[in-house]
Amino acid sequence: MKTFKLDWIILPLLGMLAVLGLWEISSLTWAKDLPTPAKTWEVSRPYLAEPFAKRGEMDQGILRFIWYSLILVAKGYTLALIIGTPIGFMLGLSPTFTKIFDPIIQVLRPVSPLAWFPLGLMLFLSAGRNASELGALFTIAVCSMWPTVLNTAVGVRAIPQDYLNVAKVLKLSRTKTLFKVLIPATLPYMFTGFRLSLGIAWLVIVAVEMLIGRPGIGGFLWQEYNSAIYEHIILCIITIGVVGFILDRLMSLVEKRFKTA
Amino acid sequence: MAFLELNNVSKHFGGAPVLKDINLSVARGEFVAIVGFSGAGKTTLISLIAGLLKPAAGTLKLNDLEITGPGPDRGIVFQNYSLLPWLSVFENILLAVESVNPNWSAEKRKDHVEKHIAMVNLTPARDKKPGELSGGMRQRVSVARALAMDPQILLLDEPLSALDALTRATLQDEISRIRAETNKTVVLITNDPDEGIYLADRIIPLTAGPGATLGPSFTVEIPRPRDRKSINHDPHFKQLRREIVEFMLNSKTERHTAITKKLVLPDIEPEDLNLPRTMTGWRKTPIRKGELKEEAVEVKP
Ligand SMILES: Nc1ncnc2c1ncn2[C@@H]1O[C@H](COP(=O)(O)OP(=O)(O)OP(=O)(O)O)[C@@H](O)[C@H]1O
Ligand SMILES: [Mg+2]
Repeated sequence: MKTFKLDWIILPLLGMLAVLGLWEISSLTWAKDLPTPAKTWEVSRPYLAEPFAKRGEMDQGILRFIWYSLILVAKGYTLALIIGTPIGFMLGLSPTFTKIFDPIIQVLRPVSPLAWFPLGLMLFLSAGRNASELGALFTIAVCSMWPTVLNTAVGVRAIPQDYLNVAKVLKLSRTKTLFKVLIPATLPYMFTGFRLSLGIAWLVIVAVEMLIGRPGIGGFLWQEYNSAIYEHIILCIITIGVVGFILDRLMSLVEKRFKTA
Repeated sequence: MAFLELNNVSKHFGGAPVLKDINLSVARGEFVAIVGFSGAGKTTLISLIAGLLKPAAGTLKLNDLEITGPGPDRGIVFQNYSLLPWLSVFENILLAVESVNPNWSAEKRKDHVEKHIAMVNLTPARDKKPGELSGGMRQRVSVARALAMDPQILLLDEPLSALDALTRATLQDEISRIRAETNKTVVLITNDPDEGIYLADRIIPLTAGPGATLGPSFTVEIPRPRDRKSINHDPHFKQLRREIVEFMLNSKTERHTAITKKLVLPDIEPEDLNLPRTMTGWRKTPIRKGELKEEAVEVKP
């Protein structure tokens, strides 16, 4: 296709216009409850104009909500990496370990966050006030660690024999082999896993927040649904999408740095 | 008494034997070159000596001790350099030095590494990553890494085959010089009889595979230092070359077949470090010859 100047900005704008048009038409015709784009903008403005405002527990500026959600995601995601990476390494290094645990992993992997969350709550019931937070962390960690686990394992298995031969010939100790050969050789794969995991963690947080009704972008969304302020639902959806997109971009920047390493 | 001794060594990878009845004995301080066709099993032979592979039968002894695995007494230069791309030249060599000499002070290790980088004339490239170096430079790093371990024997697997003729000549002289300086025992694998004659004390041809074995050894009686230009006119050189090439071609006439199969030549070409590695785990394009799915090869007498 021929490209012209500014096509990188004009073409996406065209796409956006098309979607907005479709949205406008829908809300005027078959989806009468769906607020129009203009109405949505009108009602959402205070949340965007004062992104840090705090008018009440569940009535805060959009960036504040994002911030709460991101903090919880960061905790759960860190936990996922700390648990997932070593498991990935063990799977990659030991065929026996793989034989033992692979079936379990394949069975647990497709379980939805909505199914994990009650288990998380139940596990931390004794924690009292913190139960829902710990349950949320558990859910994020359990759901988002699989891409890290699997990509790390693939990465370890894909290490060229040459590098392993070098480690053998140089008589590297186990720690040296791990830190100077195995980990650097696996890093590109690990970061792919990390990026995918972050995407899932962000998916999970919204679901979990809706369940516990805690301040955050997902909690806000659910509350506004209950109060029938549908404009805010759309605001939240767009916000969640944009934040997820930014997170993914940031991670792929990091990922690129390790590509040729 | 022989320093390195192989007795009736054979090796197969499941199928037909790659090497069989290999007998070799190398004296301390000797420079032996093994010449063989591509795919004959030269890398397999050197990997056996390095301890990276176990023989199917026979024994390998270094200094009268059975070779059971890799060890710092054998420095190996791989056919594809095998430098760690995430470490600089200095770090690649330091890794070897640290591992062999864990008790040395940091200062001493550093000096030792610098000395070996200087030995292969790479001081200006000290902090470069292997990906930023030319093939010849990478190979020199690889040689420096092997030497820095201060091995008793140096195993060189076609160290110069992937290089252009001019670089090749320069590095041959460098190997020759380093050999003279360090007086190490060397086993050089090569596919070029001239290179073997120029560098070695003794040349042993490896017959064409499968089931390759070592032929008679040819002693090179050309005094050192050898001169690249005049050696070509040396009658002894010419005669040696004729005999060796003749022997190798004869060993090949016995097998006249056309084969079309997946040839696994694991080390034939260095990995191209400049190609991006894809994230999904599957590379779209083969980065080495060995990864090509199929290769048709006509074997002629
Ligand atoms: N790990 C392996 N598994 C199966 N077959 C192998 C393996 N390594 C080598 N071979 C086979 O052994 C034979 C000899 O291989 P080798 O790499 O030793 O040849 P070479 O003489 O070093 O060749 P080149 O000159 O191309 O480097 C080949 O036919 C190859 O297919
Ligand atoms: Mg080889």
